[in-house]
Amino acid sequence: MAETSRTSRFTLDNGLRVVLAPDPTAPVVGVAVHYDVGFRSEPEGRTGFAHLFEHLMFQGSESLEKLAHFKIVQSSGGTFNGSTHPDYTDYYEVLPSAALERALFLEADRMRAPKLTRENLANQIDVVKEEIRLNVLNRPYGGFPWILLPPVLYRTFPNAHNGYGDFTDLEQASLDDCAAFFDTYYSPVNAVLTVAGDFDPDRARELIGKHFGDVPHRPVPPKRSFAEPPPSGEVRGHHTDPHAPLPALAVGYRMPDPVGELDAYLANLVLAGVLTDGDGSRLQQRLVHREPLVTDIGAGAGLFGPFEARDPDTFSITAIHSPDVTAERVLTAIDEELEKLAATPPDARELAKVTARWSASLHAEHDRLMSRTLSLGAFELLYGDPSLVHQLPDRIAAVTGADVAAAAKALRPDSRAVLLVEPEGGAK
Amino acid sequence: MTTVGHRSAEEIGRTAGGPRPVPELGAQIAAADLAHVDTVLASGLRLLAVRKPTVPLVELRLRIPFGGAEPLHAATAEVLAETMLTGTTRRDRVEIDTELALIGGELNTVVDPERLTISGNGLATGLPTLLDVLADALTSASYVDDEVARESARLVERLAVSRTQPRVIAREALLRHVYGDHPATREMPQASDVEQVTPEAVRTLHAASVLPRGSVLVIVGDVDPERIAGDVERALSGWASDRPAAAMPGLPEVTGGDLLLVPRAGAVQSQIRLIAQSLPRTDPRYPALQLANLTYGGYFSSRLVENIREDKGYTYSAHSGFEFTGTTATVGVDADTANEVTAAALLETRYELGRLAVVPPTAEEVESVRQYAIGSLLTATSSQAGLASQLAALTAAGLGAEWLAEHPRRVAEVTVEEVAQAALDFFAPARFTGVVVGDADTLAPQLTALGGVAVGEPGQ
Repeated sequence: MAETSRTSRFTLDNGLRVVLAPDPTAPVVGVAVHYDVGFRSEPEGRTGFAHLFEHLMFQGSESLEKLAHFKIVQSSGGTFNGSTHPDYTDYYEVLPSAALERALFLEADRMRAPKLTRENLANQIDVVKEEIRLNVLNRPYGGFPWILLPPVLYRTFPNAHNGYGDFTDLEQASLDDCAAFFDTYYSPVNAVLTVAGDFDPDRARELIGKHFGDVPHRPVPPKRSFAEPPPSGEVRGHHTDPHAPLPALAVGYRMPDPVGELDAYLANLVLAGVLTDGDGSRLQQRLVHREPLVTDIGAGAGLFGPFEARDPDTFSITAIHSPDVTAERVLTAIDEELEKLAATPPDARELAKVTARWSASLHAEHDRLMSRTLSLGAFELLYGDPSLVHQLPDRIAAVTGADVAAAAKALRPDSRAVLLVEPEGGAK
Repeated sequence: MTTVGHRSAEEIGRTAGGPRPVPELGAQIAAADLAHVDTVLASGLRLLAVRKPTVPLVELRLRIPFGGAEPLHAATAEVLAETMLTGTTRRDRVEIDTELALIGGELNTVVDPERLTISGNGLATGLPTLLDVLADALTSASYVDDEVARESARLVERLAVSRTQPRVIAREALLRHVYGDHPATREMPQASDVEQVTPEAVRTLHAASVLPRGSVLVIVGDVDPERIAGDVERALSGWASDRPAAAMPGLPEVTGGDLLLVPRAGAVQSQIRLIAQSLPRTDPRYPALQLANLTYGGYFSSRLVENIREDKGYTYSAHSGFEFTGTTATVGVDADTANEVTAAALLETRYELGRLAVVPPTAEEVESVRQYAIGSLLTATSSQAGLASQLAALTAAGLGAEWLAEHPRRVAEVTVEEVAQAALDFFAPARFTGVVVGDADTLAPQLTALGGVAVGEPGQ
C-alpha cells in the first residue's frame, strides 16, 4: 500500500518517538501525542487520577495562560481533545494545514512546562465530577460495562479499579501528586508524537526539532506488569442501577496478549464479528431474532474497542434483556453458541462477511484524519510499529475458521466474570 | 504518589528560557473543488453524487420527507424504520445482511418527524449491490407479521431505556413546552401506540409515503459521478410515483417566555435547555448569526463555556447550536449541572445571552470564530462520511455542493458589525424560553427566585 511506504519514523535525542504520515488529499493536518500512562498506572487511593491529569494538561503552561490552548487551536480553525485509556493517554488536534507549526508548539509547550496550579486543580476536579455525574451517576447503565465489569473479572487494583475515579479520591488529589505524575510519566522518552495529513515531511522534521528538541530528557519510568491469573472459576457481581428500566448483563473473559499474541487476539476480533456483527451473526440471530431473549447484544475485544491496551485485556459480551427472561437463559444460549463454534468452525463465507466489514471499517477509520492520527500513534506506542495499522486488513483476512473455533473454545464458563445489572425498581 | 526526587509543580511550570511566542499561521491552501453531479431523475428523486476517492469506499444517504398527522403516524413510522430491512420479496433478513456484509457494507434506517433517512456504506466496488438491496427495500419491503411483531416488542423495550436518559427526558419536555402538540414533538413514539401498530398499517404507510418525488439521494466516495446518474436511474427504476413525499407541517415561531422547571425527583444533575427562533442557512444574515452563535456557546472557547465550565466548574458540557427544520431554524442552549449550582448556572447562561446582545463581540472574538467556522468545515468534510452527512443536511434546504464550496468566502466577508447586529437581533434573553429538568424540591426555591421560571409538567 502506498500509504505504508509514506509513513516514516524517527527519534529525537531526548527520546521522543515521532511518526510522520503525509497525505495531501485534504488541506488539514492531525497532530497527536500519546503518553505511555493510563489509568492502570494510578496508585491506590488515587482512582481517576490519570483522567483528572489529562484535564489539567489543557489548563495553561509557562508560555500560555489558562484557556489559551483552546483559543489558539480553535482560532486557527482546529478542533482538539484528549482521552485516557487503560495504558495510554492521548492529546490531539486536527487543523487546517497552515496551523501545523502552532499545533507542534502547543504540544511541545505543555510537554516542557505545564502550569499546574491549585486553582486549576480544584476547578477541574469540579468539572470531572460533573462529567462523572453526566456519564455515570445520572444515566441508566452509566459505566456499563467498562467501570462495572473489571472489578468482577480482576482482583488487582490496577486492573480492577474505577478509571473515572471515586469522588473521595478525586477530592484528595494534591498538587504534589500532579507534579510527581508529570515528572514520572510525561517525559519525552515516554511519549509518541504523530503528524498525519497535508504537510511536507522535511519541513515537519525541522519544526519538530525546533519545538520539541529542547524538552529535557528524563529517564523512562520502570515498566510495570499488570499480569494476574485468570479467574479459577466463574465469578459473579451484582450492580443495582437506580435509572435502568431493564436488567442487563456483561460477561467478561480474558484474552490472548494483544501485543505478544496478535494473531490469536485478531481471532477474537473475528469471533466477536461472527457472534454479534449484523442480523446474520450467531448471537443476533438466535438471541434477538429467533428466540428472542434480549433487546440488544454486543461482543468485542477491549472495553473501549480493540488495540488500546496491553495484557491483560478483556473480551466482553453485553446484553440488555426483558425482566421476564432470566440471566441464566441468556448465559446458557451464549455458552451453547460458543460450544457450537468451538466444535464446528465457521465456513469461508461467514468469515468473508466479517473480514469484508473489518476491511471497510478500517478504511473508514483511516479516512477520518483524527482517527488515523490516533491509531498510528497508538500502534507505535503499544506495538512499536505504526505500519501495522495498514497490515491489519490482511492479518484479519488470514484468520481461519480453526482459529475462530479455538478462540471460542477458550471463552470458558469456568473462567469468566458475570456482572448482573438489576434495575432498582425491583425487576426480576 | 511520591516518587523520589520529582520537581515541585512550580518548578515544572518554569524553564530557563522563559515563555515563548506562539508561531504565526502559515499560508492556507484552499480545499479542492468537488467534482459532482446534482440532478433530478425522472422519478422526481434528486441525486447528488460527489467524487472523493480518499479510500475505496462509498457513502450513501437517502432522505425521504415523511410527515404525517394521524395519531399513530409516529409509532407506525418508527416500526416501519425498524423493519424495512428485515425482508423483501427477494431476500430475507439474513440474506440482506449477508449480501451487505460481503461488500463490507451496511444499511440503516432512522425516522424522525420530518423524514425517513436510509444511510449506508460499503466498499466502492460493492455499490451495485448496495443500490440493489436499497431498491429492493424501497419497492418490495414485505413487513412480514413475525418481524413486525418482534421489532415492535424490541422497540417498546428500547423506548423504555431511552426514556430514562436525562437528555431524552429533557428533549421531550422542551419540545412539548415550546410546540405543544405539533407533530414535531413526536420524535419518539409512545410505547402504547407502538403496541397498536399492525403489519397492514406499516405496509400501507410504506405504499403511501416511501416516495421518490421530493426525496434526495447523496452518494459520496470513490465513484465516477458522471456515470452514476445512469446507474442509480437503472437500479431504482422500479421506485416511482406521481405523488410527492409528504413534508411535515411548518413549525410555529418560537417566542420568548417563562422557563418551565420540570420535576424529576431524586436526580443528581439538572438539564438546562433554552431555545429561540433563528435563521435558516439560506438567509443572507445566516453567516453573521453563525459567528454570533459560536461566540456565545458554539465552540469550546466561547463565552458560555469559559464562564460556566472553565471559570466556575458548574458543568462538564455547555453548548449552543442551530437546529434546522424545513425552511426555519432555532438556536438551542444546553448545559447539564449539579443541583447545587443549577440556579447559578442558569443565571450565568442568561447573563451571557444578555451580554452577547448588548456588549458586541470584539474583533478578536470574531476573528477566532471566523477561523474556527472555516477550519472546522474543512475538517468535518475531509472524510467521505463527514462530507456525505454535511451534504445530506444541506439538501433539505435545497442547497448542495456549491453552497459548501462558497461558504468559507461568505464567512470570511462577515463584518464585526454584522455579527453584533445578529447577536442583538437573535440572542437577547427575552427571545428565549425553555425548560430545566431536575429535582424540583431542591431546585425550585432558587430557580423561582431568579424570576421567569414556572414549575410544572410541559404541555399542560
